[in-house]
This record gives sequence, C-alpha cells and structure tokens, in this order.
Amino acid sequence: MTLNIKYFGLLAEVTNCNNETIKFSNSNVAELLGFLFKKYPELKNKDFQVAQNNEIISKESIISESEIALLPPFSGG
Amino acid sequence: MNRYSRHIILSDIGQEGQNKLLQAKVLVVGAGGLGCPALQYLTAGGIGTIGIIDFDVVEESNLQRQILFGTSTLGINKALAAKKRLEDLNPTITINAIPERLTSKNALEIFKDYDIIVDGTDNFLTRYLINDAAIITNKPVAYGAIYKFEGQVSVFNYQEGPSYRCLFPVPPKEGSVANCSEVGVLGVLPGIIGSMQANEVFKIILEFDTVLSGKLFCYNAKTNQTTTLKINRSDSEFEKVLVRKDHFINYHEDISCHDSIPEILVDDILLKNNITFIDVRELHEQPEINIPNCVKIPLGKLEENLDKINPKNTNIFVCQSGIRSKNAVRLLLKYDKSNCYSLIGGVSALLQQLKIKI
Repeated sequence: MTLNIKYFGLLAEVTNCNNETIKFSNSNVAELLGFLFKKYPELKNKDFQVAQNNEIISKESIISESEIALLPPFSGG
Repeated sequence: MNRYSRHIILSDIGQEGQNKLLQAKVLVVGAGGLGCPALQYLTAGGIGTIGIIDFDVVEESNLQRQILFGTSTLGINKALAAKKRLEDLNPTITINAIPERLTSKNALEIFKDYDIIVDGTDNFLTRYLINDAAIITNKPVAYGAIYKFEGQVSVFNYQEGPSYRCLFPVPPKEGSVANCSEVGVLGVLPGIIGSMQANEVFKIILEFDTVLSGKLFCYNAKTNQTTTLKINRSDSEFEKVLVRKDHFINYHEDISCHDSIPEILVDDILLKNNITFIDVRELHEQPEINIPNCVKIPLGKLEENLDKINPKNTNIFVCQSGIRSKNAVRLLLKYDKSNCYSLIGGVSALLQQLKIKI
C-alpha cells in the first residue's frame, strides 16, 4: 500500500522533508516505525507520537492505506 | 461601556458575555513569546482578573517577539514589567503579578484562585507541572508550544476532554528537544500561537461549543500548512496524576528538581583555578567565544574527544543557554570524569561577564 507521511518539527529536519510517500507492505505502527528507523536511523532517538488520518494512535494500531503524521512535542514558548 | 462596545454588539457575546469575561480569572504562566500576546488580548478584551507568573527578567534578545517589553524594561522582572504595560492598556481590570518560578510547592495554591490556566512556558518540566496541577485543581489549560516556524495549540483538561499527558504521556529526556533560546524562533510565530491561546480562553469563558478540546491544532508559518489531529482521552493518565495528589509537592520535586548535574554560575568561575572552557555548540554558532583557554568540541563529537578533557583542570562546558552543556557534563559523568561543570546561562552570561571585566 501507499502511505503519505507528514513530519513535524525537528523530525522534518531528520528526514529532510515535510512529507513523503512510501510503499509499505506490513500492517502495524511498530512495523512502520521499524521501516522508518532503517531509513532514518536518527529518528530512533526522538520522542514523537503517530497519527493516522489525523487521529493520534497507539504503537499497536493497525495501519491501512492512509495519511500518517509523526508529531514530536514542542517545548518552546 | 464604550471600551468593550465591539464585543457587546456581537450577538454571540453581548453584554451578558462581556459580563462573563469581566468576572473571569485567568492565570498566564510565563510572560514570554506566547504569554505576551495572550496577555495583551486578555487584558484588552476585559478579562476581569489576570495573574501573571514569571521569575525571569527582560533581556534584549526577548524584544524580537515579547511585545509587552521595550528597552526601558530591560533587566526588570517580566511579570512586573508586563503588569505595568497592561495596566496602561486597561486600568479597569485587576492584574496580579507573581514574580516567582512556578514550582510544585506553589502551583496548587496559585491555581486555585483562577478559572483557566494559559501555558506559555518554554520547558517540559513546567508544562508537565502545569498539566498535573491543573488536573488536581480541575482547571482547563489553554496550551501553546512552538518550535522554529511551527506551533501547536490545544485546550486540555476541559470538561471530559484529554490532558497533555494523553497526548505525550511522559516528558522527553531533558535536552532532547531544543527550546527557542537554543535553536531560534520566528518572532511573529508566538504572536500567532499566543493569540490563538487567548482566543480559546475567550471561547471557554463564553461557553462556545467549539473549544479546541480533544484536538491539537498544528501550524507551520513557513508553508502555511495547518493540521488538526484528534487526541483521545486516556483515563489512566488522569488517574496517574490524581493518585499522587497528596504527595504532589514531593513527587514533582523528585521528577523535576533532583538533578545532580554540577552547574556553575558565571560569578563563581573566578573562584576556580586552571579553568578550561569547552564550547559544545556547533562550530558555526555565534557569538564566538574569543578567549585563549576555550576549546570547541561540538556535543556530537564529545564522546570521541574525551582525551581532550583534562580532569586536573576545572572544565566549564558552555553552550547557547546551558542545556546542551548540561548534557555534556552528564555524558562525562558517565565516563567518571570529575571537575566538570555546566555554565548556567550559557554563552551570553559568559560574554556579559567578560565585557564587565574588560
């Protein structure tokens, strides 16, 4: 399936893009993260949440063809 | 009342709505990039009682975005300086300035006097403290946070909605996410995000059914992209906070204050002998430290350059604001290197001291 992935904040600096489309054949969030960590090893040390179709989901959630967002916490004020 | 006539002629507000605003009590934590614009609109719009808590003083580098201050208020406490400016804007409301740091010791006591809390802080420890104290005292939080060109806005702990911990359950490791003084921020961005926080405060008080609860609004000032993400409430995140209610003061001290990384104030450096400064910023970062006993080792390269740290010297680690330097000292402690200190206040504190000495 095709996933459109959005990266926010410092994650966009790690991946060097605000969004990208990837081909992905597995099924859950943990597997997607494994795929992304291989592509961007630096992501592994970052804190972030995952959203699917604009809803924050857990690491066990099933991924379907959708829009994914990786959201880090911001501290600035 | 002429001052609020543009509110009152709105059918969604009217005199009744304006009276609700005049009776409301709002606490703004942090009078910085987010707090300043929020305070300006809360004051102008006639929020009857406004509290401002901030321990910090106005610095020149704040003026690029902290619009309540000017050159005449440099060096003055931000809560006090903001109060003075805001009293000119609207002398008919009550403004309480609290020139202190929000801590686990004073948070519950201060929060109980207000209806709504505005989170305008610049660090995770205080953000989690606000979240937890707001849950215990049952107050909604108008949340905003920024990073370079991007901002997040939400309302937490409102009616049956989620809290900050439902979105990010645990605080990130200290120093893993940089703040504005470390990486910079577009000045107008906190103006936009802080104004949106004020907007949410008005919506809560006016009892609109469109409060930004259960949603995180994300804004990118560079691309104009906006994204709204749905956040679900997790009851267990509330329970985790509520079970610690009776031990709140001690519990938060444990997670936030017992950091054993040695730090040093610039004034105390002179008391030490054989000082070496280690600048752990990236090589391109400004301003440069032009003193002979300073070596440059970016934080990412520190581990491979441990032999350059002589434990016979007093090693003082410096970065932009004192966060990366703390991580550097933490790393060296892991390798049993002693005599290492992180400079509080970073390069600006150091250069200011050097200027005085010259």
